[in-house]
Amino acid sequence: MAERTIIPFGPQHPVLPEPIHLDLVVEDEKVVEAIPSIGFIHRGLEALVEKRDFQDCVFVAERICGICSFIHGQAYCQGIEEIMGIAVPPRARYLRTIWGELSRIHSHLLWLGLMADSLGFESLFMHSWRVRERVLDVIEATTGGRVIFGSCKVGGVRRDIDAEAMKTLLERVAEVERETREITRVFINDSTVKHRLCGVGALSREDAYLLGCVGPTLRASGVAQDMRKLGYAAFNELSFEPITRSEGDCYARVAVRCDEIFQSADLIRQAAAKIPAGELAVKVTGNPNGEFFTRVEQPRGEVIYYIKGNGAKNLQRFRVRTPTFANIPALVKTLQGCDLADVPVLVLTIDPCISCTER
Amino acid sequence: MSLFNMSGLTLKWLFRRPFTRRYPFEPRKPVAGFRGAVEINLGTCIFCGICSKRCPTQAIEVDRGNKRWTIDRLRCLSCGLCTEVCPKKSLGLNGAHGVPTMTKDREVFQGAQTPPSAPAA
Amino acid sequence: MIEEQPTIAITPATLVAGVQALRTEGWRLVQIGVTKLGDQFEVNYSFDRDRIFKNLRITMPVAGARLPSVSGVYWCAFLYENEIHDLFGLAFDGMAIDFKGHFYKTAIPFPFAQAATPVAPSKPATTSPA
Repeated sequence: MAERTIIPFGPQHPVLPEPIHLDLVVEDEKVVEAIPSIGFIHRGLEALVEKRDFQDCVFVAERICGICSFIHGQAYCQGIEEIMGIAVPPRARYLRTIWGELSRIHSHLLWLGLMADSLGFESLFMHSWRVRERVLDVIEATTGGRVIFGSCKVGGVRRDIDAEAMKTLLERVAEVERETREITRVFINDSTVKHRLCGVGALSREDAYLLGCVGPTLRASGVAQDMRKLGYAAFNELSFEPITRSEGDCYARVAVRCDEIFQSADLIRQAAAKIPAGELAVKVTGNPNGEFFTRVEQPRGEVIYYIKGNGAKNLQRFRVRTPTFANIPALVKTLQGCDLADVPVLVLTIDPCISCTER
Repeated sequence: MSLFNMSGLTLKWLFRRPFTRRYPFEPRKPVAGFRGAVEINLGTCIFCGICSKRCPTQAIEVDRGNKRWTIDRLRCLSCGLCTEVCPKKSLGLNGAHGVPTMTKDREVFQGAQTPPSAPAA
Repeated sequence: MIEEQPTIAITPATLVAGVQALRTEGWRLVQIGVTKLGDQFEVNYSFDRDRIFKNLRITMPVAGARLPSVSGVYWCAFLYENEIHDLFGLAFDGMAIDFKGHFYKTAIPFPFAQAATPVAPSKPATTSPA
């Protein structure tokens, strides 16, 4: 009878970008069970919304996460706009799409770097983040902030990208695409990387769907679910298809995210070609009275915002269910039966954003 | 077996200038459009206090009686909301990087005090 | 509206059967959320299939609130139910993994169930610019 030990993983661990605690029940070197426990960075942001004016809470929503911050702000604005029946001008919708896709590119490049770091491949980690710096420079030039954009507001956007800036943006995106190809070639082709990723943490299509997975974790198992197909912002005027793979292991998730970077660059080019002239925002009067569930595709998956207002300046309820929260059951499931050395790889493969999870 | 896929990338960067900047010897010039710190033009400010009410982090304090405008630099997020709501457009963002500081002080800007009115004869 | 979001009101007694029916039809669980309105809890169970959205809602009084767990139907529900228990104090019977209140580490127990008390911001020393 093999002896069982419990090894605590996290909250401090070199491979984790944010603190999560897992109690791993280990038999020799195989993990038998994993018990998650969160709450290290719970800030209670959902309760904060009840104390401040609903228009100022865009800043609260943006600061739920540093990596996917723009799309949080966009989802919040969309929820309020649907409740109040505000029609956002087309130029603002296209600008939100462009910034959203830039956000996705930088998030995936960050994740590729962390994935390489979890394998021990530090030079690839540094190269991924080097390419990400170029994206952050583009974002800073157009919105004024590198990580927290601050460019979305209820009724539209706060800043414009004029024709000159758009040309520069497209040139930078083409540069980023070229440099990303050099990096993704290593991820997809290199034998040492494939040895660590292929066959690890396989999730069948049935399991992934019923465990409530979202985003690239779900798409890598063969289910073509992408909330951008709902047609919010300018996505109903752009053409794209969700990227899927069928193996469902870590390698498939890496491949899906690599392909999504190129898809986002293509979407930015499509949006920049079609963007109409016009105003940036409409004036917002009155208070939200009603409720709505907004669903938006973040880099990590589907985020759902439940916003409820009763006609007062402060909202009644603001509930966020972020994609990492939905992917944690899949994490617990894939950890059962894996090797101890694969635990960091598996934890990172769902792209954990714990500050989103705990708000 | 596909090995040495990184060699091309590594060799290319072996002979190039390093991508990282030798900060603080080489300071970084902020990109045009960067937000930066909030600045106030006291000449046009009427001390109405709207900026203070709308500030998301309560970083601004306005003392109407003493004509004093105070900002906590470490609380300010440079969101720019105060610059948008100011009725006299006295506030602006100066596009400079924040300076590291050792203490949590608040900066006080004192407006010109009006002389007390002459007592009734 | 970007999409229709039908909300169906149900009772705690019909909850598990209703969720089981949705699972057989191929719906996936999107989220379970709770709103506290005065002395009533409004529990929302959201489902999605091929981007079509459906919502089941239970309204019940706060005092003595208990609900049967649906983690026998959707295993992933245990996370949502533990979170709701730790933040609001709404108890669930029969969760797949029961953390007994230790899932979320909060400073005070059941923080969202209590009325918000305003906290005055701390005021550090003031100095005039040189």
